[in-house]
Amino acid sequence: MIEVNNLVKRYGDHKAVDHLSFSIEKGKIYGFLGPNGAGKSTTMNMITGYIASTEGSVVIDGHDILEEPEEAKKCIGYLPEQPPLYFDMTVLEYLRFVADLKKIPRAKKMSMIEEVMDMVKITDMKHRLIKNLSKGYRQRVGIAQAVLGYPEVIILDEPTVGLDPKQINEIRELIKGLKKKHTVILSSHILSEVSAVCDYVLIISHGKLVASDTPENLAKLAAGSNNLNMLIKGNRSEIQNALAEVEGIKRIKLEKSSEENIWNASLTLDENKDIREAVFYSMVKADCPILEMKTKRASLEEVFLELTENEKQDQAKDEKTDKKSEAAISDADMDTDTETDIAAEKDTESVADVDIETSAGSVNGPAEKEEDPDDSSL
Amino acid sequence: MTAVYKRELKSYLTSMIGYLFIFFILVLAGIYFSAYQLSSAYPKFEYTMSALTFVFLISVPILTMRVLAEERKQKTDQLLLTSPVSVTGIVMGKYLALVTVFAIPMAVMCTYPLIMSKFGTISYKGAYTAILGFFLLGCANIAIGVFFSSITESQVIAAVLTFVFLFAFYMMSGISSFFSQTALSTCIAFGCLILAFCIIIYTMIKNTIISAVICICGEAALVVTYIVKSSIFEGGIQKILEVFNLSAHYENFTNNILDVTGIVYFISVIAICIFLTVQSIVKRRWN
Repeated sequence: MIEVNNLVKRYGDHKAVDHLSFSIEKGKIYGFLGPNGAGKSTTMNMITGYIASTEGSVVIDGHDILEEPEEAKKCIGYLPEQPPLYFDMTVLEYLRFVADLKKIPRAKKMSMIEEVMDMVKITDMKHRLIKNLSKGYRQRVGIAQAVLGYPEVIILDEPTVGLDPKQINEIRELIKGLKKKHTVILSSHILSEVSAVCDYVLIISHGKLVASDTPENLAKLAAGSNNLNMLIKGNRSEIQNALAEVEGIKRIKLEKSSEENIWNASLTLDENKDIREAVFYSMVKADCPILEMKTKRASLEEVFLELTENEKQDQAKDEKTDKKSEAAISDADMDTDTETDIAAEKDTESVADVDIETSAGSVNGPAEKEEDPDDSSL
Repeated sequence: MTAVYKRELKSYLTSMIGYLFIFFILVLAGIYFSAYQLSSAYPKFEYTMSALTFVFLISVPILTMRVLAEERKQKTDQLLLTSPVSVTGIVMGKYLALVTVFAIPMAVMCTYPLIMSKFGTISYKGAYTAILGFFLLGCANIAIGVFFSSITESQVIAAVLTFVFLFAFYMMSGISSFFSQTALSTCIAFGCLILAFCIIIYTMIKNTIISAVICICGEAALVVTYIVKSSIFEGGIQKILEVFNLSAHYENFTNNILDVTGIVYFISVIAICIFLTVQSIVKRRWN
């Protein structure tokens, strides 16, 4: 559907978009994710032909955006960051104008406008001047404008920015509904939005593509850093010894909580291993009641932060995007480790940081077996 | 193109600016018409037309200042430039809408000779030739205004630039008489122009050697031509400035001459301005 090859946009010495390549398939919702100034809008402006790229090409449905602009633009509906509305027109006048611009045949024009107005729920507003509409309604008119003519690709730049939560939900539902007939590309710096709506996420940082996958797979990328947080009552050394017997823990961190003799334990776990039961029985054996237990999976948010924050250190590496994203994650892991270690050294009195090597698991094996009869007796 | 044309025309006719423009031209035309034709009973409508050229200095900047600058400021140009319409189509649509707005007071003015004919004999040919010339002059001025509106986001800057240039073109015969006509001074002026041109090239491509070579070649050619045949430089500055003298081309129309070169001249000015407007919009995309 859309092929983006080595796209570069240079403003003077600054590279706003740096060798970006990806391809967009039909019938999916794609999300561009990145911090402010990552180059999302610039990329979208280049795909839609509003600005020209310094290098590289954008091919839409076989038409190069710079060589056959009119053919390529016919396939695209675009809602820029700021909806391009004429404040001196009414909603209906404006949509008629857009329909004429998109060369929609006269016979279909009115019925299509009615349909699109129903879709974004602005039919009641059709005789109002756009300058008198609220931001939410303006945004909807902007979306209506992009959808009009049912182009194959609909590109929305931060479609929910500035809307209230109810409107955000409505717009998200609307975007999900578009999936049936259209390919949708949207950009956002809000993670929950992207994970809620998109089938595929492209994370951009400093103009580069740092990762591209489904939201689930991206979350899995950081699954190595699954955490188990607990509130345990008891003696510190006892807790520590008991936890040391459990298999599958990478690191243990114990911190004093606000209450006397109650400890905050946060465990870093091996990948995809459920040790909750084992921890429970081991604590029972040590006579240290668990007051609270919570598993914390790495969310898309954490992946996002890791990827975008470590991008700079990664720039030296000239690898393909896939490899780069993996590298970024492993770097990030190392970074968080060292940070916590330093924190532990600073605060040795209250924090114990114990590293257990996974190979030691075999030693712990018999210990676990011994637990079982005790548990049953309880 | 028709979509842009219709929208633009409607927007001018539903806002103040279009009516202000029409009002301004008609009031001044009315004053001159009353003074020359109705009070003094002078039979030549061309006189009124020839005295009216200054109205463009103020009315055209007001009309054209927002035409493209406003689109850029409100970011609505994103809609136009990402829709399947060519840049030339957009500019032409807008320009033709402006010309249509301008045609309204012109249509009213076309009735003036008919009013005059009730009171005596007048030359319709002379009167309507002058009106045609006035219309062409106006269209050329509007094209210049459209160009200046395309190079900036600010309506004020667009209006001021348009005014300054229209004023300079209006005063061109006076301005050109400031310059000496001798061959030597012309040659020196051209030398300075070549130097300025090369400095502009240098700022654009940042290459000392290429700009220096162009500069030296240009200056050398100039000196050689001057030594071989200095007479071709005489009055050279005036000849060049005359190109920008719009009102001089209009004068023939007010003297009962249907001047074909004048028509061609005005159409060329319009074409060049529209070409430059399109280029300035396209160029911005590449920045």
